[in-house]
Amino acid sequence: MLNLMLYGVLPYLAIGSFFCVSVVRYLKMPFTFSSLSTQFLESKQLFWGSVPFHIGILTLFAGHLVGFMFPRAVMAWNGMPVRLLILETAAMIAAFLALVGLTALIVRRVGSARLRANTTVMDVLVYLTLLMAIGTGLWVALAMRWGSAWYTHTLVPYLWSVFKLNPDVQLMVDMKLPAQLHVISAFLLIGVFSFTRLVHAFVAPLPYLWRPPQQVIWNRARREPQAHD
Amino acid sequence: MDVRSQVAMVFHLDKCIGCHTCSIACKNVWTDRKGAEYMWWNNVETKPGTGYPTRWEDQQQYKGGWERDGKLVKLRALDKVRGAVTVFHNPALPTIDDYYEPFTYTYEELFTAAEGADQPVAKPISMITGKPMNIEAGPNWDDDLGGSPVYAANDPNLEALTPEERQQMFDVEKLVMFYVPRICNHCANPSCVAACPSGALYKRGEDGIVLLNQERCRAWRFCVSACPYKKTYFNWSTGKSEKCILCYPRLESGQAPACFHSCVGRIRYLGVLFYDADKILDAVNVPDSELVEAQRRMILDPFDPEVIAAAKERGIGDDVISAAQRSPVYKFVMEWKLALPLHAEHRTLPMLFYVPPMLPVQAKVGDYGYDTSVEGFLGSIDQARLPLKYMAKLFGAGNEAPVRYALRKQLAVRHHRRALQACDITPEQAQALLTEADCDMEQADAIHRLTAIAAFEERFVIPPMHREEAIELLDDDTLAAKGSTGIGFREGPQRGP
Repeated sequence: MLNLMLYGVLPYLAIGSFFCVSVVRYLKMPFTFSSLSTQFLESKQLFWGSVPFHIGILTLFAGHLVGFMFPRAVMAWNGMPVRLLILETAAMIAAFLALVGLTALIVRRVGSARLRANTTVMDVLVYLTLLMAIGTGLWVALAMRWGSAWYTHTLVPYLWSVFKLNPDVQLMVDMKLPAQLHVISAFLLIGVFSFTRLVHAFVAPLPYLWRPPQQVIWNRARREPQAHD
Repeated sequence: MDVRSQVAMVFHLDKCIGCHTCSIACKNVWTDRKGAEYMWWNNVETKPGTGYPTRWEDQQQYKGGWERDGKLVKLRALDKVRGAVTVFHNPALPTIDDYYEPFTYTYEELFTAAEGADQPVAKPISMITGKPMNIEAGPNWDDDLGGSPVYAANDPNLEALTPEERQQMFDVEKLVMFYVPRICNHCANPSCVAACPSGALYKRGEDGIVLLNQERCRAWRFCVSACPYKKTYFNWSTGKSEKCILCYPRLESGQAPACFHSCVGRIRYLGVLFYDADKILDAVNVPDSELVEAQRRMILDPFDPEVIAAAKERGIGDDVISAAQRSPVYKFVMEWKLALPLHAEHRTLPMLFYVPPMLPVQAKVGDYGYDTSVEGFLGSIDQARLPLKYMAKLFGAGNEAPVRYALRKQLAVRHHRRALQACDITPEQAQALLTEADCDMEQADAIHRLTAIAAFEERFVIPPMHREEAIELLDDDTLAAKGSTGIGFREGPQRGP
C-alpha cells in the first residue's frame, strides 16, 4: 500500500501540481511568479553559491532529461568504458557543483541577518527538498555504480510507465534504497516546485535572445502613416 | 519621419535651492512602503559630490548606458552572450550598502522605558532586520558638501580636471557647490528597457513615459545596472524593480507630477517635445562631443507644417500639437539652447534637460579680492568658480561649447535685466553682451519671463491625456490601494507566505 502511494500516486500528485498550479499561478498571480533575488542585500557570497549551483543543477537536469528521452543513445554512448567514465565524471562534477553551491547559499542565508529577515517558509522548503534530491542523488552515484548505465533500463522504464498512466510500481520496489529515496525526493521537489520561488525556471528569459532592444507600447492602436504617391 | 510625442522636462539649476521638497513629495506619495524605504525616485544631490547611490556616475563599476560599437551602439552592461552568464550573479549590480540601509528609531522607548538614572533614548533600528544598527550612511549623507573632502573629492566628474584645478575648487575662498535634482529621465533610447530580460519595461507610446510592468518583472535586476543614472530601483521585499512613473496618474488628470508641483524654487518645467523616432540611431551613434547637437537634430519643430502633417498622420491630436507649440521645454532646449541633457555620453537620449547653474560666477582674481568693476560685475564664465570643464563633463558630454553657450546667454540676460531694472549697467553694454551671446532683447525678455515670473500654466503645459476620471473607474476603495503601485493593481504587493 505504501509502495503504491509512493510510486503510483505521489508521481501524479507531483506532476499534476507541477503543471496545474504553475499555470494557475502564472495567470492569476503573475506578481509572485519569480524568484525573490537577494543579491541586492548580499552580493559577494551569492557569487560562490548561485553560480556553481545553477551550472551544476542545470547540467544534472539536462543529463537526467537526455537519459529519460533517449535511453538508447545513452546506452550506446556508454558502450565503451572510457566514455562511461567521461559521462560519470562530468555528472559527478555537476553534482558537486550543485551541492557546494547549495551549501554556500544555505550558509549565506543563515549567516546574514538581512537575509534571515527576508526568508519565507517556502524558501526553507526549497532548500530542504533540493538538498534531499541532490544528497540522495550523490548517494546513488557513489553507492550504486554506474548510474548512467543502469538508469536507462531500470528507472527510465518506470518513469515511462508513469507517463503512460500505467505505473509499474514493482520496478521501483525492486530498486535499492538510495534509488528509491532519490525518486521519492525528486517527486517531492516536482510537487512543491510550483508553490515556491523555483517557478523562475519557467520564465527563464530566453525570449530576450530575439526580442528587439526597445519596446514601445501604445494604449490605443497607433495609426500607421498613409503611403504617399 | 516617425513623429513621437514625449512629455519632457527642464530643471533650471540656477534656481534650485536644494530644499529637498521634491524628494519628500515623491517619497510620501510613492515610496513610503516596505522594501522601498531606501528608494528616492526623486533625489537632490550636491555637486561636487558622490551622489546617490554612491559614485553612480562611475560606469567602470556600474556599467550603465550604451557605448559605440562600429555601426551600432550596444549596452555596456551586457550583450546577449554575457547576459546568459551574468544572469546567475550580476557583477555590476549595486547593493543596498551603495545606497544606505534604511533605519528608523525606537521612539516608543521614550515612553515605555523604566524609570532610571539616565534619560531614555530612541535607538536607531534597521528597517530591514528590525535590529539595532549603527547608521553609516543615509539619504543626502554628503548634502551641502557635508563630509568633504571625503565625498566631494570622490566625485567621478572631477576626472576632467587637473589636480591644481581640483585643489582650487576646494580652496576656502573659492568653495562652491550646486544642486542637481534627479528623477528618471524618461529617455528616448532607454537602456533599462533594452536590458530587461523579461520585457517588463517599456516606453509608453502616447507620452514617452518609461514604465515597468511589475507583473512581468522577474527580478533579473538588469535594469538597475543598465540605467546609467541608477534610476530604477530593486524592491528587496517584493522582488520587483520600481522606478519614477512621472506621476502619470496625476498627469492624466491634468496635474503636474508631485515633485514638479511642490518645487519651491519653481525650477521645474514640463511640456511636450516631438521627436523623430527614425533618427534615434543617428542621434546616438556620433562621437561624444557631438551628442548634444545630434540629440537636438532628433527633436522636431512643432511649428513646421511638415512636422504637423506627419504628427497628424500618426494620430497625434490637435490639442497635443498645440501643447507642443506652447511647450516651455521646447523653448529652453531648442529655441534658446539653454537646457542640456545630463551625461549625454551614455547615449540614452535623456528627455530631462538641465539649465546649467551660472552662480556663483564671481571668482577670486589673483591671490585675493574680487573684480568689482562694471565690466566684471557678474564675473566671467571662464573665471567662474565652477570650472567649465567640470560643467562640460556633466552637461556637455565633455564638450565645453554647448555649456559655454548656455551660460553666456544666461549671463547676458542677467546683464540685460540689470540694465533695465537697476540701471548700473548701460543698455549699450547689455546689448553688446546679448549680441555676443547670440540673443536679442525679445528673446532675453522671454527667457527672463519664463525663468523668473512664469506661473503654473506656463511652466507646466500638460497635454490633454483624457483620463481625468481614471481613478473613479476603480471599484476598489482608493485609500485601500495605498501602498500599491498605480491603477489596475488587483493584488497587494506581497509575496505570500
